[in-house]
Amino acid sequence: MFRLEARTSTPAWFNLALPLLAIGATLILCSGLIALAGAGVVEAYGVMFSASLGDSYAITETLVRAAPMIFTGLAVAVAFRAKFWNIGAEGQLLAGAVASCAVGAIPMPGPLAMLLMALAGAAAGAAVALIPATLRVKFRVDDVVSSLLLNSVIFYALMALIEGPWKDSFSGYPISPPIEDSANFPVLLEGTRLHLGVVAALVAAPVIWFVVARTTLGFRIRVTGENPEAARYGGINVERVLISTALLSGALAGLAGVGEVGGVHFQVMSDISPGYGYSGIVVAMLARLNPLGVVPAAIFLAAVMTGAEAMSRATGVPAFLSDVIQGTALLAMLVALLFTAYRIRRVGIAK
Amino acid sequence: MSVVLEQIFQVGFLAAIIRIATPLAFATLGEMFSERAGVLNLGIEGIMLLSAMTGFTAASLSGSLWLGVLAAVLTGALMGAVHALFTVALGLSQHVCGIGVTLFSSGLAYFLYRLIFGQQSVPPNIKGFETLPIPILSGIPVLGPAVFNQFSLVYMAMLSIPLAAFVLYRTPWGLSVRMVGENPRAADSAGVSVIATRFQAVILGGALMGLAGAFLSMAQFNAFTFGVVSGRGWVAIALVVFGRWDPWRSAGAALLFAFVDALQLRMQASGLGHIPYEAFLMLPFIFTIVAMAVMSRNAVAPSALLKPFRREER
Repeated sequence: MFRLEARTSTPAWFNLALPLLAIGATLILCSGLIALAGAGVVEAYGVMFSASLGDSYAITETLVRAAPMIFTGLAVAVAFRAKFWNIGAEGQLLAGAVASCAVGAIPMPGPLAMLLMALAGAAAGAAVALIPATLRVKFRVDDVVSSLLLNSVIFYALMALIEGPWKDSFSGYPISPPIEDSANFPVLLEGTRLHLGVVAALVAAPVIWFVVARTTLGFRIRVTGENPEAARYGGINVERVLISTALLSGALAGLAGVGEVGGVHFQVMSDISPGYGYSGIVVAMLARLNPLGVVPAAIFLAAVMTGAEAMSRATGVPAFLSDVIQGTALLAMLVALLFTAYRIRRVGIAK
Repeated sequence: MSVVLEQIFQVGFLAAIIRIATPLAFATLGEMFSERAGVLNLGIEGIMLLSAMTGFTAASLSGSLWLGVLAAVLTGALMGAVHALFTVALGLSQHVCGIGVTLFSSGLAYFLYRLIFGQQSVPPNIKGFETLPIPILSGIPVLGPAVFNQFSLVYMAMLSIPLAAFVLYRTPWGLSVRMVGENPRAADSAGVSVIATRFQAVILGGALMGLAGAFLSMAQFNAFTFGVVSGRGWVAIALVVFGRWDPWRSAGAALLFAFVDALQLRMQASGLGHIPYEAFLMLPFIFTIVAMAVMSRNAVAPSALLKPFRREER
């Protein structure tokens, strides 16, 4: 007989083992779909891997795709640490993209433009995240539903902009005017799309790790998330911590939008984010809400997305497999997390 | 203004409201059952999409629309069971599981659709449901042709509202659902199985979400496109809150949303749009957020919503 027993502590190697377990289970489960599509499982995963991580150009493409998910992953990780349930990273990303696009279209020296784009994008994301946080603190409104619904509001606001004042009057397409050439983020490797924003994302992860693990704010965020009553008893203003967390989280999600505008698209269109905000939730959960873990988790999802297109061309398996993998990975990780709360014990059968 | 009033009292306009409200009513009632039992189902957006796909596929392969509806309902119920497995049986976070179910179901819907139908420049379509006029009633001036000359799924939606209210408020099972959503501990002491009741409510909810998906791909658009649901699931989440977790009010909220949406479509078509139509599309979301802020003082949400039940924990 087996029995579930509550666990009081988890060994450190779980942080690595659980995501790997979840990813392994995901790839095994999804291989059924590859077989259903009539392709070889090993071949399909092989193409996926080599097209996303097999050579240096592929790696740069994967990193470019990972950058926005590092930012949204950090945004979700920080928020979930404080148990501020920010499902709104998608809308905050879009707000950041719109704000940075507006700033980037103003002629000014390049470095100044990039700095102001980042500030404007972060501020816009933070402003959007402030809404569900304020509603929760002041009116006890459920932050999940309000932040989720705000995604739709921001999306329609973006659509109103690009189908209205920002519409391309020449072609009639619903796309914003491009930002100034001088505001385009510099490419770091000739012949690739590896831009400054990718480096910013890679730097942001250790910075946020430091904030969460080593600063007073980070301590307050963690205590508020783990035990709000104790936090309050210890003199922490829980409401203020939630607001600060939301501002930080929203700013990070906003920066994801800045990178997409400044380094990839140079303008805003309706499909500027293929759900990077929601992918951020998958990334954060795979990383067990650890900012350093966000980087490999985001690179994994990015590799799946980049590789899926090549896999589709080579084997005919629809590239939408990457979407299934994302959803399955999230659910598998949640199940794997049960091992942190419980352990399976063998017990003798009572006769 | 007079143009607006003229629009409102046209048969076509009234009929459009009812048609737009139908999938929302199914989805809203589905989400309501789930939440009344204490389980938030953010998987709704993906469940509707996957059901729309399986329904369309079954109908197009078999040639029978009702077989399509059955496939959609079964898909919805199955995905409801999956969500319940994670959130009720394993007690995992309802928010994150819901997002997971949505990501998984949408991905699977796109994947299977592309696998079955391939990439085509013109998406395949089916001959969807035709309107079924109800004798005598459809002869009533204005109201008759608008309300009683509709798809059979529309009549099902109309009937499902009083039926849902009856089940929830007048049957022992409905009482159990409300008990496990309000006070699972007390329900458990009274001999009601919290786990089983929640499973049943989430599965029933999923089946209703499946009907919503079926309506979209087999009556409204007669095709499956990637934008066939486009946020209607999220709207339903909002409408449940707006409708205060009550079948009548939730259905009323769906009707109100449909009215605004139909008006928006008309104004767009008649070139009256000084206001961007997106402003109208935003309205229900903003309304709901404001309504949640106003209503939160007299908490009406099921008390045990979002709280997993574990018998041994006191």
